[in-house]
Amino acid sequence: MADPGVIIRITGPVVEAAGMTGARMFEIVTVGFEDLVGEIIKLEGDVATVQVYEETAGIRPGQPVKRTGRSLSVELGPGLLGTIYDGIQRPLREISARWGDYISRGATMAPLAREKEWELIPVAKAGDPVSTGDVLGTVQESDAIIHRIMVPPGISGTITNLAGEGRYSVDATIATIRTGGGDQPLTMVQRWPVRLGRPYQVKLDPEEPLVTGQRIIDTLFPIAKGGTAAVPGPFGSGKTVIQHQLAKWADADVIVYIGCGERGNEMADVLTEFPTLEDPRTGQQLIRRMVLIANTSNMPVAAREASVYTGITIAEYYRDMGYDVALMADSTSRWAEAMREISGRLEEMPGEEGYPAYLGSRLADFYERAGRVRVSGARDVRGSISVIGAVSPPGGDFSEPVTQNTLRMVKVFWALDSDLAYQRHFPAINWLLSYSLYGDAVEPWWHRHAGPEWARMRRSMMEILQKESELEEIIKLVGPDVLPETDKLVLLEAEMIRENFLMQYAFHSYDTYTDPGTQFMMMNVMFTFFAKAGEAIGRGVPVSRIRDLPVMGRFARMGAVPVDERPERFRDIMAGIDTAMEEGEG
Amino acid sequence: MKAGSRVYSTVTKVEGPLIVVDGVEGIGYGEVAEVIMPSGEKRLGQVLESRTSRAIVQVFGGTRDLDTDVTSVRFSGETMKIPLAEDMLGRIFDGVAQPLDGGEPVIPEVIRDIHGTPINPYSREFPRDSIQTGLSVVDGMNTLVRGQKLPLFSGSGLPHNLLAAQIARQAKVTGQEEGFAVVFAAMGITHEEASFFLKDFRSTGALSRAVIFQNLADDPAIERIITPRLALTTAEYFAFTRGMHVLVILTDLTNYCEALREIAAAREEVPGRRGYPGYMYTDLASIFERAGRIHNREGSITQLPILTMPDDDITHPVPDLTGYITEGQIVLSRDLHRKGIYPPINVLPCLSRLMQGGIGPGRTREDHAEVNSQLYAAYAEGIRIKGLVAVIGEEGLSDTDRAYLRFSDRFEREFVQQGLHEDRSFVATLDRAWDLLALLPRKELKRIDTKWIEKYHPAYRERSS
Repeated sequence: MADPGVIIRITGPVVEAAGMTGARMFEIVTVGFEDLVGEIIKLEGDVATVQVYEETAGIRPGQPVKRTGRSLSVELGPGLLGTIYDGIQRPLREISARWGDYISRGATMAPLAREKEWELIPVAKAGDPVSTGDVLGTVQESDAIIHRIMVPPGISGTITNLAGEGRYSVDATIATIRTGGGDQPLTMVQRWPVRLGRPYQVKLDPEEPLVTGQRIIDTLFPIAKGGTAAVPGPFGSGKTVIQHQLAKWADADVIVYIGCGERGNEMADVLTEFPTLEDPRTGQQLIRRMVLIANTSNMPVAAREASVYTGITIAEYYRDMGYDVALMADSTSRWAEAMREISGRLEEMPGEEGYPAYLGSRLADFYERAGRVRVSGARDVRGSISVIGAVSPPGGDFSEPVTQNTLRMVKVFWALDSDLAYQRHFPAINWLLSYSLYGDAVEPWWHRHAGPEWARMRRSMMEILQKESELEEIIKLVGPDVLPETDKLVLLEAEMIRENFLMQYAFHSYDTYTDPGTQFMMMNVMFTFFAKAGEAIGRGVPVSRIRDLPVMGRFARMGAVPVDERPERFRDIMAGIDTAMEEGEG
Repeated sequence: MKAGSRVYSTVTKVEGPLIVVDGVEGIGYGEVAEVIMPSGEKRLGQVLESRTSRAIVQVFGGTRDLDTDVTSVRFSGETMKIPLAEDMLGRIFDGVAQPLDGGEPVIPEVIRDIHGTPINPYSREFPRDSIQTGLSVVDGMNTLVRGQKLPLFSGSGLPHNLLAAQIARQAKVTGQEEGFAVVFAAMGITHEEASFFLKDFRSTGALSRAVIFQNLADDPAIERIITPRLALTTAEYFAFTRGMHVLVILTDLTNYCEALREIAAAREEVPGRRGYPGYMYTDLASIFERAGRIHNREGSITQLPILTMPDDDITHPVPDLTGYITEGQIVLSRDLHRKGIYPPINVLPCLSRLMQGGIGPGRTREDHAEVNSQLYAAYAEGIRIKGLVAVIGEEGLSDTDRAYLRFSDRFEREFVQQGLHEDRSFVATLDRAWDLLALLPRKELKRIDTKWIEKYHPAYRERSS
């Protein structure tokens, strides 16, 4: 390796070093005597500017900067699931075991445990021609996830040697491929540079919903598998709770959760709570399908910038095995701010609100790594990455650059509303501002799995809510008394939709998740009631009397009914509606 | 390359709170410097930028009377540290940790870097022990938990100091009487305000278990950058080395942020919103994230930062960035204050993010979560109807609407309002809440499970007694 460079300037997380001729952009270097990890982000003559992923206090001019010849990359292989990493894939559990409760400087460890052995079942055989993405063997990584050991991108040839069934550590050579450039030994680990998307064959259109069990999301503003969504909202509007709910209940095979510049206690919450929860589909601990990236707000800012790339690269790796992956990034605004901070230290010409001019293209690159694809390899396998990014707009103002640049990319917008949060209406997703462009794409799925009335009821629900907001304007001017009975019924319907369906209590053991079938049933009983109520009003029954019917109370807290009691509750309401209307008339 | 202390008298530029020293060699980033003035007076400084032969130093005592001729700078070769010892309890220090009480300097048991090191997220213990502050509006609506950071968002002229002092006085975890300490850091507050806290701590005996750092309004503004870090390093020592439960009161964060802005401006940095530096989020996080609990360690750090919102604007960068880092916020309202309600807390924009883990059966009471949600819904509805009344008058209201109006009014007068020395238990707070909820028709209590209504609603309580 070339002679080390010499530090000539230090300002915060940015260090300049001279004597770096030959260094490449985005190359990883080690800085100072403690070998702090850094990445080259600017080159001018023989001076390289380095963003350092660790605290730089005490570093002096004159200390060395050594090149590694590698770009920032992650290790991919068995053992990722259930692990918690920092922004540059240092395993936090192992670091705490070795260095204690605080993250000391220069602490590095291999991301994947070296001593652990995995039971490999070969699926290819010597003599097979293979190329990128072809599966050599499998490892049972967790109860539900079979980890496919794939040929790394860029390698193709013939298998000359493949390990037999048995236990191997991740460093053991398990196969040798004869390529045009000579024999290539392979282990169960591959490395991939995080800033570059992993290859796939073709991108496909999303067609299935990512079922989240959150009623307002699944029914009104669905996200598709392979889709992208943004959750912007002021502080306290419940972004993190929504992200946690999706991480818990979304029907993805693998969850990558990136805590980017957020609170340490939130990570502790995930680490405490998720091992106690079971996946409703597989019965295994939810933490066993998760990879956590935690770069909290007090951890170095440059590693925060990297954390998002680290996360999406891991997501792509599981996608390449044919899994549906959901990635939550909380919060992309902190990522954008990290870019702004570094850009400011580089004295770059700022764009809007001090953000660098390339903010939009970086966000676009990130969201474009989502999608449903036919993966590399000879088999016809599909995998997907759904990306849900939280946005934290300053002052809750959606016109700011991060929100606006994000909205240009994503297809689903869940706008969080502080007024709803103030009333403790959660999830505080504003039903008038939010939208989903996947409604039509997922409709066939809902018709197959729930019922043909789904799309009609969904549209009708939106209309009622829209009408309510118009009527509210009138009431503000003239009061509620003058409204005709049909409009009063719309107000009642909207109230029932809001309180009984859209509001959902994340901390209640049953209300926290509603399966699609139940969501459909809940809509169905409400709309049956609406129809009957409409008829009754036609016969001259006032809305005030309908409001006081005992059956109204049966709708309240429908979602909190224990799962096995639900069919009975719905039958009960349905039966109650007819008799109730008769009473109402009497 | 261990650099010992080196003295240079090559100051080439003095601007705002910064000086530039040329011809230096091997100065570390973040290193502490002592600036020796022509008069011989010494001031503390810290290296903000280090180059091969130049260092930019921020001078905490201010740059008045410095020159580019005689002034010399001695670099210590070390980052900023504070001596810590158990007998700091009961002591008063200035904003750079020099004794103000006439006592001896601290004889250190340990010496720690004031910037601390981030807690490994894996080592954090999720905070779940709810603190009873004795204030219904906090305990019932936004429960504080040990290890939480919960700021008071206030405005000039509002009684946030009374409130902070009352919380410090009454805070307890029921059934646990372990070591408890208060670390108080004043940043740019007036003599009068500081003296209020001192008197209150003295009169309740809290002073003997408190450590006080004060940088007052007429002390150098740049010192405020290090005052909270001294306080938090001290708090970490008592919490995680001595196993105590430490409540840290930081006031006023707005003054801290002003100092941060002053330095950024002097360095001609690209400004973010309203001239505050783009890294203010990261900087504030390096303060607030030092709250918490750690696995297998006894103590905890709970932070109660106070900030005054300029023009009562919650979207101002200081409250805004704070709210994104802290675990909720308690918001004071000028309207309630004008109505004579103490504490004048508007519950609607308030939030405690850690509340859910700290309440419920075995912690506060089984009905707490749902009562809380119902109170919020009912109070918001009452406020909405009050807005309607202003336009259409009370005649157009239904009986239910009137019940909500009555509810929200009495909620402010009987639930929010309480005496300066009134200390209510969790149970008393929840029972009071039920008395108010009883003002509403039963069918309106949609957020509460029937079984809790039948157990706690006054109508049932009376019947069973």
